[in-house]
Amino acid sequence: MANPSSNPSGLGKSVRRLEDARFITGNGRYTDDINRAGQTHAVFVRSPHAHATIKSIDLAAAKKSPGVRAILTGKELAADKIGGLICGWAIFNKDGSPMSAGAHPALAVEKVRYVGDHVAVVIADTINQAKDAAELVMVDYDVHKAAINVADTQKAGQPQVHAEAANNTCYQWHLGDKAATDTAFAAGAHVTKIDLVNNRLIPNAMEPRAAIGEYDKGTQGYTLHTTSQNPHVARLVMSAFLGIAPEHKLRVIAPDVGGGFGSKIFIYAEEVVCTWASKKVGRPVKWTCDRTEAFLCDAHGRDHVTTAEAAMDANGKVIAVRVKTIANLGAYLSTFASSVPTYLYAPLLSGQYDIPAIYCEVDGVYTNTAPVDAYRGAGRPEATFVVERLMEVAARQLKKDPAAFRVQNFITTFPHQTPVIMAYDVGDYPASMTKALEMADYANFEKRREASAKTGKLRGIGFSAYIEACGIAPSKAVGSLGAGVGLWESAEIRVNPVGTVEVLTGSHSHGQGHETTFAQLVSHKLGVPIETVSIVHGDTDKVQMGMGTYGSRSGAVGMSAISVALDKVIKKATTVAAACMEVPVEQVDFEDGSFSARGTNKKMAFGEVALQAYVAHKFDSAVIEPGLKEGAFYDPKNFTFPSGVHIAEVEIDPQTGVTKVERWTAVDDFGTIVNPMIVEGQVHGGIAQGIGQAMLEGASYNEAGQLVTASFMDDCMPRADDLPSFDVGMTTTPCPSNPLGIKGCGEAGAIAAPPALINAITNALGHENIAMPATPQAVWRAAQSSPRRIAAE
Amino acid sequence: MTKVSMTVNGQAVSEMIEPRTLLVEFLREHLQLTGTHVGCDTSQCGACVVHVDGRAIKACTALAVSCEGSTVLTIEGLGQPGDLHPMQAAFHEHHALQCGYCTPGMIMTSVDIVNRKGHKLDEHTIREELEGNICRCTGYHNIVKAVAAGAAAMAKPRA
Repeated sequence: MANPSSNPSGLGKSVRRLEDARFITGNGRYTDDINRAGQTHAVFVRSPHAHATIKSIDLAAAKKSPGVRAILTGKELAADKIGGLICGWAIFNKDGSPMSAGAHPALAVEKVRYVGDHVAVVIADTINQAKDAAELVMVDYDVHKAAINVADTQKAGQPQVHAEAANNTCYQWHLGDKAATDTAFAAGAHVTKIDLVNNRLIPNAMEPRAAIGEYDKGTQGYTLHTTSQNPHVARLVMSAFLGIAPEHKLRVIAPDVGGGFGSKIFIYAEEVVCTWASKKVGRPVKWTCDRTEAFLCDAHGRDHVTTAEAAMDANGKVIAVRVKTIANLGAYLSTFASSVPTYLYAPLLSGQYDIPAIYCEVDGVYTNTAPVDAYRGAGRPEATFVVERLMEVAARQLKKDPAAFRVQNFITTFPHQTPVIMAYDVGDYPASMTKALEMADYANFEKRREASAKTGKLRGIGFSAYIEACGIAPSKAVGSLGAGVGLWESAEIRVNPVGTVEVLTGSHSHGQGHETTFAQLVSHKLGVPIETVSIVHGDTDKVQMGMGTYGSRSGAVGMSAISVALDKVIKKATTVAAACMEVPVEQVDFEDGSFSARGTNKKMAFGEVALQAYVAHKFDSAVIEPGLKEGAFYDPKNFTFPSGVHIAEVEIDPQTGVTKVERWTAVDDFGTIVNPMIVEGQVHGGIAQGIGQAMLEGASYNEAGQLVTASFMDDCMPRADDLPSFDVGMTTTPCPSNPLGIKGCGEAGAIAAPPALINAITNALGHENIAMPATPQAVWRAAQSSPRRIAAE
Repeated sequence: MTKVSMTVNGQAVSEMIEPRTLLVEFLREHLQLTGTHVGCDTSQCGACVVHVDGRAIKACTALAVSCEGSTVLTIEGLGQPGDLHPMQAAFHEHHALQCGYCTPGMIMTSVDIVNRKGHKLDEHTIREELEGNICRCTGYHNIVKAVAAGAAAMAKPRA
């Protein structure tokens, strides 16, 4: 194997990205950049009401509008026996009964259940014709009261979102040992109890979703170009559950995709309808989301209301945690919605801490709001917010240093079985804390606080020691928890006769830089220049099968599949080389891209062996099969457990309520790092999203169910001048459960940041009474009762 | 339909368009210059920034007919592989992009900042000047570094 230190493109090097060339010159190819011959344009007629019965739809005027080819509703969809959108994870109630899920048709039938719900699609020759005609579709609604508030929706007298789900309750689920937890609480010397709201977020990838459906009469097959993080999953769902077409007659292509953050995992109504409609109109059908539609209809994230308690013994050791959460699922179950507040949430409630007893109850509830599903971190940011707010508040109540209190409770021996499913394999939590304290200059914080106080400012510092479960996931394990799919990943390595290498991967890159990092792995293992490697992804006709990119799984699972396939290539190439060099295969070594026969001067470069594998003149093809192509399906053995410590330091101006993030220190343990530059970039972006959640962003519906934050003017996306530069450091304990030792890094920042920032703001204020987002207005109000401010005056 | 003529990336173009056609639609749909992106409907995100007569504008908020006779520069005209503009090279070198969607507008704005503010830009100035461009991937950390480096590089003659 190549020595990484001698290979400038090998593992551990900050190789500049290969994919950049097209993106910095305007040559990227996103779905909306693609136009198909003869294409028509789709515009969706959406519900302006949060909850209403459709009495009638009058299409007469719209159909006469110029350029209109078709107007389709749920009636036509049902007549063609197209199934409803599915949720791929079955959750069971405490009593073992299955969750109560309402139907989710791609185009509404009888009722609409949130503002933006899909009522009809207008297909016309130009986009403006489609928009003009959509204005003429007359829908007569019987408008009902809407259930909007997550905390109220289960109460008596609330409007019912689905007849199937009594009291708007989809499931009442739990995890952990209730009796053991209650016993520990009864014995505890101190109990810390907090109430939390994890604010609802809108993902807002910069590329709005888009889809082009196309039907080929000749082959009777469909092609869908779409903005997807997992095109194979989209094909599987559209084939097996919606019945659009069998898989071999449905090609799904996800070309360059402009960010996902979870929101492009899911199978949405628009891509289903465009594909189905392309056959009906006999033309390609293109739809591009505008930003307000994205706000209304992309699956949102978070939206929990939680009560959490921790019990400590007399020494300050945490002995139990008890959590009750109501999680908003929105109006319909999106593709993985049910799993996010359950199996992606409660198993993380042990954090980095040795906690003997944990019990968590989660009610998943319906409201007349957009569907809620996985958003960067998916369940883990919610869990980390609970654990790290609890730890901070407990430390304050016990008058202990928050860092020392955490260290006192850290898990220090591995493997460690938590009371909530997870078996942590490896980590060194004190190492990250020590490094973070040093980088943040914690020792001198009080001096900085005094300096701020002299200028009338309130300075605070906050910690977040997070853990996450990535590399999802062992298929059998998730199957036993209700997942409808396996979560392996596939790879195929095609070595061409000239020695160039194509890697077909089931992972999908929408900003993560796979074209570079995956090529680094190939360069490292085969000793070939990185420029001779191409990464192929996002096309179901090229890559046979794959599970896609989410949950920080592409390094730990996707690259592991590539690594296993590369080992097979090396093994096969070694047999070819041995035959060509006329030595026994055991005598052949492979290093730095070269095969050599031990004890002789015989050598063959990798490229020569590739050529010989295809020429097939120098070996017996009855013994060695010609060609050099290998594949692998890699199923992870365990979750991976990235962890780290983030420290936020803020300065609040109590006159204006403006919170300035003065310093941000992140020390993360992601296991083996393939490309530090790319990993740090992932951390930066994650922190920005976490800071956004904690002090800027928050989806807000009014009582009628209108989304009042439906544009970039109303929902505050982090801008450059809202954020500081970040101080990022690493510690490393390689993951023992996969061949490369990778844990994953994509979500860490978004998971760690919100509690760190709120802990810093509450530390500055001297009280706990502030919710996310801590906007200037909220902070100004909270500063009025700040004991630190009052003491200063 | 109405006729519009302008110079785009050094080439004279003339097309018949609907009067309501936006400049970004004209560039993307009529000239197939798809490097200029649409990220919002409200002039907030800056994915559509191009230069018109030497000044950065948001092409989603200008009618194509209002640019009659103008000189327009898009990301494609700024530089191409093998002949990158220093700001493009700086974005690559400093890993100032991830998904790439905001990148063309971000680069066009950055060049405009240098044109207006000079080659020595401090972090505070860069962050304030990027207010009209939203990136969801990078947290801006590396964009800020790239703009500073690109600004300095623009002081040297282009190779």
